[in-house]
Amino acid sequence: MSIRRVSLALAAPVCAFVFSIGLSSLVLLAFGTNPMDAWSEMLSYGTRLETFVETGNRATPLYLAGIAVAIGFRMNLFNIGVEGQYVLAALLAASVGAAVDLPPVLHIGLIIAVAMSVGSAFAGVAGYLKVHRGVHEVISTIMLNAVALAAVGFLLRTWLLDESDTTLNITTPEIAPSGWFPNLNKLVEVFTREISRGRELWGFILVAAVVGVLFHVFLNRTRPGYDLRATGLNPFAAAAGGVDPEATVVRTMLLSGAVAGLIGLPQILGDAHTYDLGFARGLGFTGIAVALVGRNHPGGVAVAALLFGWLDSAAPILDVRGDAPREIVSILQGVVVLSAVVAYEVVNRIRQSAEAREAAVASQQSLESVSRTTT
Amino acid sequence: MAPDSTTPPVVQLSGITKRFPGVVANDRVDLQVANGEIHAVVGENGAGKSTLMKILYGMIPADEGQMLVGGAEVRFSSPSEAIDSGIGMVHQHFMLADHLTVLENVILGAEPTKRGIIDRTAARRDLEDLGRSYGLDLDPEDFVESLEVGERQRVEIIKVLYRGAKVLILDEPTSVLVPQEVEKLFHNLRELKSRGHTIIFIDHKLDEVLAIADTITVLRHGRTVATVSSSDVTTAELAELMVGSELPKPSTEPRVPDPHVTLSVRSATVLGDDERPLVDAVDLDVYRGEILGVAGVEGNGQGELVEAILGLRALSEGELFLDGEQITHWPVRRRREAGLGYVPEDRHRRGLLLDAPLWENAMLGHQTQRPFARGAWLNRSGAREATAQIVADFDVRTPGVDTKARALSGGNQQKLVIGRELSAQPRMLIAAHPTRGIDVGAQAAVWDELRKARRNGMAVLLISADLEELIGLADRLVVMLRGRVTAEMDPSTATPRLLGSHMTGASADEQGTKE
Repeated sequence: MSIRRVSLALAAPVCAFVFSIGLSSLVLLAFGTNPMDAWSEMLSYGTRLETFVETGNRATPLYLAGIAVAIGFRMNLFNIGVEGQYVLAALLAASVGAAVDLPPVLHIGLIIAVAMSVGSAFAGVAGYLKVHRGVHEVISTIMLNAVALAAVGFLLRTWLLDESDTTLNITTPEIAPSGWFPNLNKLVEVFTREISRGRELWGFILVAAVVGVLFHVFLNRTRPGYDLRATGLNPFAAAAGGVDPEATVVRTMLLSGAVAGLIGLPQILGDAHTYDLGFARGLGFTGIAVALVGRNHPGGVAVAALLFGWLDSAAPILDVRGDAPREIVSILQGVVVLSAVVAYEVVNRIRQSAEAREAAVASQQSLESVSRTTT
Repeated sequence: MAPDSTTPPVVQLSGITKRFPGVVANDRVDLQVANGEIHAVVGENGAGKSTLMKILYGMIPADEGQMLVGGAEVRFSSPSEAIDSGIGMVHQHFMLADHLTVLENVILGAEPTKRGIIDRTAARRDLEDLGRSYGLDLDPEDFVESLEVGERQRVEIIKVLYRGAKVLILDEPTSVLVPQEVEKLFHNLRELKSRGHTIIFIDHKLDEVLAIADTITVLRHGRTVATVSSSDVTTAELAELMVGSELPKPSTEPRVPDPHVTLSVRSATVLGDDERPLVDAVDLDVYRGEILGVAGVEGNGQGELVEAILGLRALSEGELFLDGEQITHWPVRRRREAGLGYVPEDRHRRGLLLDAPLWENAMLGHQTQRPFARGAWLNRSGAREATAQIVADFDVRTPGVDTKARALSGGNQQKLVIGRELSAQPRMLIAAHPTRGIDVGAQAAVWDELRKARRNGMAVLLISADLEELIGLADRLVVMLRGRVTAEMDPSTATPRLLGSHMTGASADEQGTKE
């Protein structure tokens, strides 16, 4: 039975992926490209060690974004504001990190704490508005995204600008090396060949993994996690069961925002060491797709983040070889999301009716055993 | 125009049976409606009125039985087929688009077109004709959002007439109206009748039914009890038909008097959104080891009273005491931890996490307590063992504690909820319709458990629409009507007639006419 359960759980994402490949192939055919060539090109480029390193680096922020969104989803809160939360958090954390001088571990710890606090506080605004002013979180977080991005644009050009920079770059001052997160190249190279120069696997991937484990433990093993899930499953029953719905909304937004605050740190701590105009935007929105494909489950979100990260890392070869535009990968990602959502629903229905049958059988069997004992 | 007895009945339902999992909503129901009459269908909540109307209107299929419309057998698989046969329905909750005009709402889905474009001139002409001939005055260009409730109802009626309905079903049309609007509605209905329309009218306010209907069919427990002419019957007789004439013998054992008050409700008042009191200065005392029954037609403040006691609704006035301790301002969790148990009237909405496994459902409401939690951590193995115990003790039929609650039948879901609440050994249990929608076997099991808990000193506030249940279980009975406690009686001497007339307010009306 557990084998059937596992295969059912895997059936949905596999079907979704196969369907997406099929549909994207049709798009490629319409462009006049041979899809087999394009896919095999991507596959051979995508299985190089350097592409895997790139995949890890791209998947780390996507994973954090997916978890931030999933925390909200688990109690039916739609935190669209992950985007604004992480960009604002990254800017302020980078600035604070550059302004202080601390021993290595403490320095990184402070930057992480600042990022989480900023993300949390900014998400908390949406939580407060929902509880005390009845503003739906979708509306408020979309608005707050605009506020955050405008604030970032303003702060970066004024108070947080690195005045000493002579290259006309618009950037914050650089964080001292004590605030740099070490890379994992040495660790990887124990198992593989040497990674080509210029490629580094950002160490922050370990933090992301810890966040995933904590998310799982919190949700499934703690009472506040149970309250959060219960509210997501049925807010009315949860309220009757003693869960304070308003406190749960605020708490969930704070938690979601805290994780969102981490999204920008892999890049800042691992590579850029400043916040500048090259900072990656849009991860908050991609996080929604990653959470959807990953079913808001810490393991599922990891798979989805790695898939998205790998597609992003392997796609550029299509441009280089001229087989197909790399944008085909964006189409592929979009179709994966849509078909995954549909496939999950189908599998869910199959599972539900199977369970209902089992329950009916159990009910029948105990009836029979009762009548046997009485006769 | 008197009902025409020479032509065949315009609607004839015979032997209609509809089963839902674990419950028979309609049990061989017969209904015969003559052409051109106003026919009322009355009965308590849960008597099967709405189910019957939904079957007639093609919203749900009947399991058994025959439907004749205008003498021809029909079998509707959707409302549009019913509409084609000249049957229209005005729902209790209006189905109108607020941001469209009256005209747009009326033609929505049945737009007259000229070369593919909506012919507004023709639509407007038709609508004004209809309004004039039935006295249903409305401005076609008004937006629905600006209309009063009574006007919205008129839009719904016109909508149905516009689609050519000859038979109109109105589902509790007066429940949303103030008295003056009820008068206007009745005037419109008589107008419709005089123009040859037939009206089927669902209600449980007996004075209204007698004022408007020609013929009355009474349903009880999903069965047709009687069809009477409104001129031959009084409100008291109707009330008796509705609630049943034979009440079961009280089967509860005599209570050892215990003067300890477990729950005390002092002049509790709950206001609705429109500042009108839903619960109006209610005083109740529930003693240790006592079941206090609350009778009443649904929607008379029982649900709000329960939510206020539990802490889901704030009292605007009054106080609550549990074992003498003031709990008026405690949050829900603190009340639950102090020993307040709750069996909700709607287990799907208030009682269960349908997509969570049984063991997670068994801890809901008790998640802060042993054996379900240790501090901030869940005790998964403890919770599963406790759930297995509930499943065994309360005969919940399930493949295991990991099965999702959704997979279980209604009766087994309810046994899980009852088991969850009783196994926590609360001091005070609030049980709202604890046996609604479950089969007879499960019902008897629930009753036994309540009696057992009462014997062990638990106080129970039992809200029910089932008089058999109330009389059979309760030590004392109170009746709620329009948010107030209007009567208190001893279940061993309560007659159905008396209870029915208190529940429907017929006793007050009779006194009123005497004075």
